[in-house]
Amino acid sequence: MDFLRPASWEEALAAKAAHPGAVPIAGGTDVMVEINFDHRRPEHLLDLNRVEELGEWEADGDTVRLGASVPYTRIMEHLRGPLPGLALASHTVASPQIRNRGGVGGNLGTASPAGDAHPALLAAGAEVEVASVRGTRRIPIDDFYTGVKRNALAADELIRAVHVKRASGPQQFAKVGTRNAMVIAVCAFGLALHPDTRTVRTGIGSAAPTPVRARAAEDFLNAALEEDRLWDSGRAVPPSVAEEFAALCSAACNPIDDVRGTAGYRRHAVGVLARRTLTWTWEAYRGTGRAADERGGAA
Amino acid sequence: MTTGTGAGTSRTGTATTGAAGASGPGGAAGTARTTGTAGTPAGLTQHSGTRGGIGESTLRPDGTLKVTGEFAYSSDMWHEDMLWGHILRSTTAHAEIVSIDTSAALAQPGVYAVMTYDDLPTDVRHYGLEIQDTPVLAHGRVRHHGEPVAIVAADHPETARRAAAKIVVEYRELPVVTDEASATAPGAPLIHENRTDLPQGPPTGSGPGGTPVTGHVPHPNIVHRQPIVRGNAEEAARRADFVVRGEYTFGMQDQAFLGPESGLAVPGEDGGVDLYVATQWLHSDLRQIAPVLGLPEDKVRMTLSGVGGAFGGREDLSMQIHACLLALRTGKPVKIVYNRFESFFGHVHRHPAKLTYEHGATRDGKLTHVRARIVLDGGAYASASPAVVGNASSLGVGPYVVDDVDIEAVALYTNNPPCGAMRGFGAVQACFAYEAQMDKLAAAVGMDPVEFRRLNAMKQGSVMPTGQVVDSPAPVAELLRRVKAMPLPPERQWESSEGADVRQLPGGLSNTTHGEGVVRGVGYAVGIKNVGFSEGFDDYSTARVRMEVVGGEAVATVHTAMAEVGQGGVTVHAQIARTELGVSRVTIDPADTRVGSAGSTSASRQTYVTGGAIKNSCELVREKVLELGRRRFGTYHPAWATAELLLEDGKVVTDGGEVLADLVDVLGEEAVEVEAEWRHRPTRPFDPRTGQGDGHVQYSFAAHRAVVEVDTELGLVKVVELACAQDVGKALNPLSVVGQIQGGTVQGLGMAVMEEILVDPATAKVRNPSFTDYLIPTILDTPTLPVDVLELADDHAPYGLRGVGEAPTLSSTPAVLAAIRNATGLQLDRTPVRPEHLTGTA
Repeated sequence: MDFLRPASWEEALAAKAAHPGAVPIAGGTDVMVEINFDHRRPEHLLDLNRVEELGEWEADGDTVRLGASVPYTRIMEHLRGPLPGLALASHTVASPQIRNRGGVGGNLGTASPAGDAHPALLAAGAEVEVASVRGTRRIPIDDFYTGVKRNALAADELIRAVHVKRASGPQQFAKVGTRNAMVIAVCAFGLALHPDTRTVRTGIGSAAPTPVRARAAEDFLNAALEEDRLWDSGRAVPPSVAEEFAALCSAACNPIDDVRGTAGYRRHAVGVLARRTLTWTWEAYRGTGRAADERGGAA
Repeated sequence: MTTGTGAGTSRTGTATTGAAGASGPGGAAGTARTTGTAGTPAGLTQHSGTRGGIGESTLRPDGTLKVTGEFAYSSDMWHEDMLWGHILRSTTAHAEIVSIDTSAALAQPGVYAVMTYDDLPTDVRHYGLEIQDTPVLAHGRVRHHGEPVAIVAADHPETARRAAAKIVVEYRELPVVTDEASATAPGAPLIHENRTDLPQGPPTGSGPGGTPVTGHVPHPNIVHRQPIVRGNAEEAARRADFVVRGEYTFGMQDQAFLGPESGLAVPGEDGGVDLYVATQWLHSDLRQIAPVLGLPEDKVRMTLSGVGGAFGGREDLSMQIHACLLALRTGKPVKIVYNRFESFFGHVHRHPAKLTYEHGATRDGKLTHVRARIVLDGGAYASASPAVVGNASSLGVGPYVVDDVDIEAVALYTNNPPCGAMRGFGAVQACFAYEAQMDKLAAAVGMDPVEFRRLNAMKQGSVMPTGQVVDSPAPVAELLRRVKAMPLPPERQWESSEGADVRQLPGGLSNTTHGEGVVRGVGYAVGIKNVGFSEGFDDYSTARVRMEVVGGEAVATVHTAMAEVGQGGVTVHAQIARTELGVSRVTIDPADTRVGSAGSTSASRQTYVTGGAIKNSCELVREKVLELGRRRFGTYHPAWATAELLLEDGKVVTDGGEVLADLVDVLGEEAVEVEAEWRHRPTRPFDPRTGQGDGHVQYSFAAHRAVVEVDTELGLVKVVELACAQDVGKALNPLSVVGQIQGGTVQGLGMAVMEEILVDPATAKVRNPSFTDYLIPTILDTPTLPVDVLELADDHAPYGLRGVGEAPTLSSTPAVLAAIRNATGLQLDRTPVRPEHLTGTA
């Protein structure tokens, strides 16, 4: 196995063009496990750790451009304001040591349905910036996941960054595991309110072959919020609407039974998380700009 | 000899512990011990004069090294010119081996040896703790997933691994036996044909428990059976006003020690071999290894290397014979280190169990009878199954007085992973079931569950279902009272002015609830565990103690074969020597086979038995030293002849406190050394039909109260607090005692809510052999653990002590289960509880 260590982004793209089978490695969270267990033995490893700009972010404008290797720890510390959903998701990634090394680029590269960042990126409506010697393009997150552990990257492309709109409303992320830390998701759910466009977006993890949005649930909720003029009135979401939204989120799952949980549980739990995160975000939205801030989520 | 480690830390050196590092009484442990002492054990007269003796929380000599990452574990060893061994394991659970082709592996550059069953050097090709049924390498057939089939030695671990992958094994699949029904069905495949262990004579002094395998197992796929029959349960059942029944399932728990199986075998010039290995009992390993190698035991020289946890999982052999075989074959040192995946196949697990119970009580809450059937899955090889059966049956009623008992426990042979020793050893599974029953019965009678237990609790003088009289303190009711009297943690601790603190809620930072659906529950449990090896086993330890003057100071050296697996024996041994010999400097020599057996570091026995052996040898040394003193100085002071003499603070003193001589002057140039064996009171085998007999040495008791918050919608559990009260007889090192209790408690918590090896019932293959999917509690899953230590001396034991390591592992799990039942109102008859069980989505 050859270990390629490009010193710059251009060198990295050149190396990837020369060796399309090369496996990029940054934090190594997923790649090292696969190598250690001999599940994967690539001809070339492409070490991206010398490419400094991958570890940087720009948050000046309306959109955050988050370098693929920015560690989860940094997202938690510095990007809680513009990227609240992703910051919450980052909290749940593995252990502090791994959060110090791992970044969103790894989650996207592996494209496992269990990647913790996916539901938050789906709910926020991110775009993935990918590049090759041929040029740069942006892939909407909705088009990024193409199959079980497969994504829309071409063989010569590398993930440069994700572009995420600065949050215009409350976002939430919740993940079920059978341990209180260092656990792979049994299922996960991300929800973002976008008051600027008067839409709600969702993301579901570990409950389908790929990370997915609950589109029917979103459509139903968007229509219900519109119909009852709730964006304007700031009234509570009627329980029947929340229940229907939760049921549609459950229905959006296509889970399997495995050692981490049953399909039935995953469907059930996604529904519970959908209802709860909707309540939390909507209550937070109602609280914004109103007299007493009763947020914080206490039931 | 160039054995050492990359870090330059010599693990095989001696550990010298001075009293200087000791914290005084009331040091760190003072905060955790919430109660004082009752009953003063003998031997304390020696204590006042010498610092760092028993009763103090002296610090571990290996503690700082372990915390800073400098401690050399067995996997850190290195030898010049060494090879790496690798084991090829079966990919299927039950199959005939049609052929094995090793040619491609042998042809790989860097490979020095490939061995299969046919290459074994002698006719002894099987080993085992109690029954020698385990092939060193599979012969014609594999009986479980991950069974060793061939071994490879190469100049690099990766080379060895790849070469092993080139070995072609052709299997012909056989039907699998996975439970009692498939094991005893007509025409069921026999896991072991032509069993020669049926019947067998009295205990041979081999293996834990030394249980005789009797000829009355009903089927060859049943390893062992032990009934316990006392009184007349059928008749007593007619007196019961309330009868409750339950069928309980206990999942397969793994020891999950962090240091994987590893060791280094170095061939000797005399044709023998030096083996450095992490194990629990050097001499038991030796007895099994030497015949397979065709060597006399004195040519297999074993030294304990750094052990990264054991919990029973290192009682059986793992890589020992394989490394020795490869070393002797190649003439080169061979190191083997399992990775985590292999470790899950490399040691036995805790027996999963099905337990069926019937309990009865009168209207006023007195137990009338217990009927039970306990089926333990021993997997493909016997390991410690017979002794586990003995414990599960004889302790199957729990710490209660019941005159009419009818219990049967069996262990199966199946194609599931072999199961054997794990902390709590048979008593754990039973405790889960009988404590669930006690709650059920209390509810039926209409009594508070703690009061119901207290009403039926055994005490000193009570009679066990085996007929054995409990002849030392058994403060079961008092432990329950204490654990119940502790203040409860405040309700709704997650609420703060900033909103919900999710760290205090089920799901933690995974942010699954801000209080929605969360219900608190409280549950109690108490258990009984035997200490030491039982059923007539000759359970002894050997201690060599030397006293001499070094650098102008009297020092003691203690040499035993005790395996330090993290329990703190090296600390306690030095404390005993200080107390008995009045010196402050004590050197603990490395454990090896140049000294007699110390027995196993298991069954909560080492402080009792090897501690007892050291105390005994110290007393013999003291007598010799005093004799020396009398010869040298007897004429100068009449007290040498008339007074009770003690060794304190480096001096010979009278019981009145008068100093007669300095030990430096008494010893002069002489070294006084004693090596002696020491035994606890003998036990007796259980009668094979009735289970009657004084089978156990000592009993140990702990009670738990669990407080949980359950997210009833998601089925997630946060254990908020797990309080324990335990009688330890005498805390030789209070800090270590609290550590043992907290560790056992957390291991029980893991069994309650997350730890389980999942075996596919169709293929008998392990589904989650990794720490990604076999979850153990992290510090964020660890609740507040208040510990109330009671010290009621057992007059039969050294210093009155009681083995402490296992009892907290018993009651922790059922207490958590009881708390979850309390919160949810669900029956919950299996452990661990998964979210599916709490949400009806299983």
